[in-house]
Amino acid sequence: MSAYPGQEGLRDPLKVARGLGSAKTGVHHWWLQRTTAVALVPLSIWFLFLVGDLVPADYPMVLATIGQPVNAVFLIVFAVCLIWHGALGLQVIVEDYVHTRWLELTLQIALRFGALLGALACVMAMLAIWLAGTPHS
Amino acid sequence: MSNTRPLSPHLVIYRWRVNMLQSTLHRLTGLFLCLGALLVTWGLIAAADGRVAWNVFAGFWSSGIGLVLLFIWTWSLLFHLCNGIQHLLRDTGRNFGLPTRDRTHDPVYWSTGWFVIAISIALTVLVWVLLIVRMQGGAA
Repeated sequence: MSAYPGQEGLRDPLKVARGLGSAKTGVHHWWLQRTTAVALVPLSIWFLFLVGDLVPADYPMVLATIGQPVNAVFLIVFAVCLIWHGALGLQVIVEDYVHTRWLELTLQIALRFGALLGALACVMAMLAIWLAGTPHS
Repeated sequence: MSNTRPLSPHLVIYRWRVNMLQSTLHRLTGLFLCLGALLVTWGLIAAADGRVAWNVFAGFWSSGIGLVLLFIWTWSLLFHLCNGIQHLLRDTGRNFGLPTRDRTHDPVYWSTGWFVIAISIALTVLVWVLLIVRMQGGAA
């Protein structure tokens, strides 16, 4: 039974009245993780086929294949989603297992820098390959 | 700071189910796939850099350790993919709730985890059989 009108259980009615709580931004990480996961389902299947196609490939063929505009765009999207999704997962792993505060903070910052650096590197590399292009025959 | 207060019982109080294995494997494969993301980055940078850098990258993958890593990575990707799809389906909340937590009530709900693990292994074998056939075809 509640002590105050509008109160259920132990929840303070003022909290509900102000509209605070996890329903605002608490699910942000969850949604990003799911959104990138949904994107990665078709992208990673596509990536497997791309890599499988490249297997006995020599360097010029690799460049020609991944430099094709469609492949290049999908590779950029794939790399960004992959690293983003990975960073979100690593964040949770660090939160769960690293209990020394300074080390946790260092790792959390380092993995964000690392993810950003990795994603930028992939995008720049793909742009370089794409824009260098294969000459039109 | 050590905590002297009593701890509540942890994981050991739960009856073992396949979803515990799935959860552990999902995290482990996810961790391993993060290394894979580094290698994808290395590959793209190497491809953009030039033939010498690409040959170092390609040489790593065709080495023994590279092939073993590639095999584990294939399974990691396929397990994470299959389990992730099941995770997304369960995230919709369908069939989830008190009745389905009882495996005597709905034995299918939990045991699909074994199906996910089996299909990830089968797909990994399929991918590598196709790869080997392809490489032998390329060499001939």
